[in-house]
Amino acid sequence: MHVLKFSRKSLGIPYAVFLVLFVALPLLVLLYYAFTNGQGHFTVANLTGFFTDPNTLGTLCYSLAVAFVTTLVCLLLAYPAAYILATSHLKRKQVLILLFIMPMWINFSLRITALKELLTVFEGNLARFPFTNAVVGMTYDFLPFMILPIYNTLSRLDGSLIEAAKDLGANDVSAFLKITLPLSVPGIVSGVSMVFLPAMTNYVVLDMLYNSTYIMGSLIGSYFSAYNWHGGSMIALILLAIIILFTLLTRGMEDDNQNAVGGALL
Amino acid sequence: MKKGLRLFIILFVLVFLYAPILILILYSFTNATTIGAIRGFSMKNYVTLFTTPELRSMIFGTILLAVGAAFLATILGTMGAIGSFYSSRKAGTLINSLNEVPVINADVVTGFSVCILLVVVLGVSKDTFIPLVIGHVVLCAPFVYLSVIPKLKQMDSSIYEAALDLGATPARALRSIVIPQISSGIVSGFALAITLSLDDYFIATYTKPATFDTISTYVVNATKGSQTTIKTALWALSAVIFAVVVLIVAVVNIRGTKDTAKERAGA
Repeated sequence: MHVLKFSRKSLGIPYAVFLVLFVALPLLVLLYYAFTNGQGHFTVANLTGFFTDPNTLGTLCYSLAVAFVTTLVCLLLAYPAAYILATSHLKRKQVLILLFIMPMWINFSLRITALKELLTVFEGNLARFPFTNAVVGMTYDFLPFMILPIYNTLSRLDGSLIEAAKDLGANDVSAFLKITLPLSVPGIVSGVSMVFLPAMTNYVVLDMLYNSTYIMGSLIGSYFSAYNWHGGSMIALILLAIIILFTLLTRGMEDDNQNAVGGALL
Repeated sequence: MKKGLRLFIILFVLVFLYAPILILILYSFTNATTIGAIRGFSMKNYVTLFTTPELRSMIFGTILLAVGAAFLATILGTMGAIGSFYSSRKAGTLINSLNEVPVINADVVTGFSVCILLVVVLGVSKDTFIPLVIGHVVLCAPFVYLSVIPKLKQMDSSIYEAALDLGATPARALRSIVIPQISSGIVSGFALAITLSLDDYFIATYTKPATFDTISTYVVNATKGSQTTIKTALWALSAVIFAVVVLIVAVVNIRGTKDTAKERAGA
């Protein structure tokens, strides 16, 4: 029995080693590079430099603004759509849901190209509306990632709770506000976490829509092009800190069954 | 909610999601170089797409990378899931938490950190494709792991014990009892891994050889250039990818419906 248990457990060793080598170790290297200079001496200049330079602070604010507005727009579009999908009794519902998920499987750069061509028709010169375009591009890219988790949470909702609320005298609006909305928070949190962070870092969307303003991701890109590993590592570390903060804030609020998103439907 | 309003919201979101790509597909069958007046039907974009060596090798390379990385990620992730499922709580939690890192991390950070470790610190040449493949396995394997774990939890563990009691070796029992029960998780993990690798831009940018391009890196560079033949050939590529995705979704969905029907009939 002892030998047998050992053999099943030991199957995990290659993956554990892989994770330590290529997930944990790279982060330690980032930490080292972020707090050293070109000569390998310890320094906090990269950190203080980021928080004292108006340009980089501006970049942080701009990416927070893009991410915040994108998340809000995604939520305002996704929630009603997910709610309608979850509460409808159509025969072909599964097909309709697939239609909302399918864009996830089409290469994002090609989809943004399509959006760019269409926006050019409407706007003429894309450079005239940089912020709007950034938000539209990010929303177009990430909307399915907001719809799916909210839909999953809403479709598992116990309908008898709403009936009970109505029996007890609640009208549609207050039943929604007091029952449906609070119970769908896990889905909203999952969706927000899947949209907010990419919207702060996916600078290619901005590049492709001719928005030359930097977001946090662009800073890593520009340090990478300049072979400035120390500066780039510090930005990566700051992003990591934001991610950890976000995860700690939303811990326990998320839906457990959301991670394998697209795969669940395949 | 009123029925008309419900319909309007659903249609509005669908139009937003599909109008750009469908319009681009329509224009891929014309001579047009921008969205505007249509000047007649043409297949020239498709001819360019399938005859330009640069485009062909880029598409072939992307697919090869996706299949290869997904294959490695599926083996590693599945073994990791089985191992961590039967490990002590402590070891299991450690693997779980490390597995979460690439899932919640921004791709830019993942790509940059893998590049720093392998290329800058260890001096591995990007031309060996090792950083690129490792980067993509880091991206994909955690999702395979997350697809397999729930299937292990649903599994009936007494069948495995029964197989051992009837004389199967642990390896045989694993192969004939455990693997079949978690196969749907392995398959969806593999499929997810392929789509993640195909869609990736950031990890590829930071780890790929200078002479190699994936669809994403190629398209992003092409939009910055001014070559209209290449630009419109990429419209044709969008149409091809769209058709392939629709086909796969349809086949999987029809097969899935049949399986459910069978299960219902069996029960």
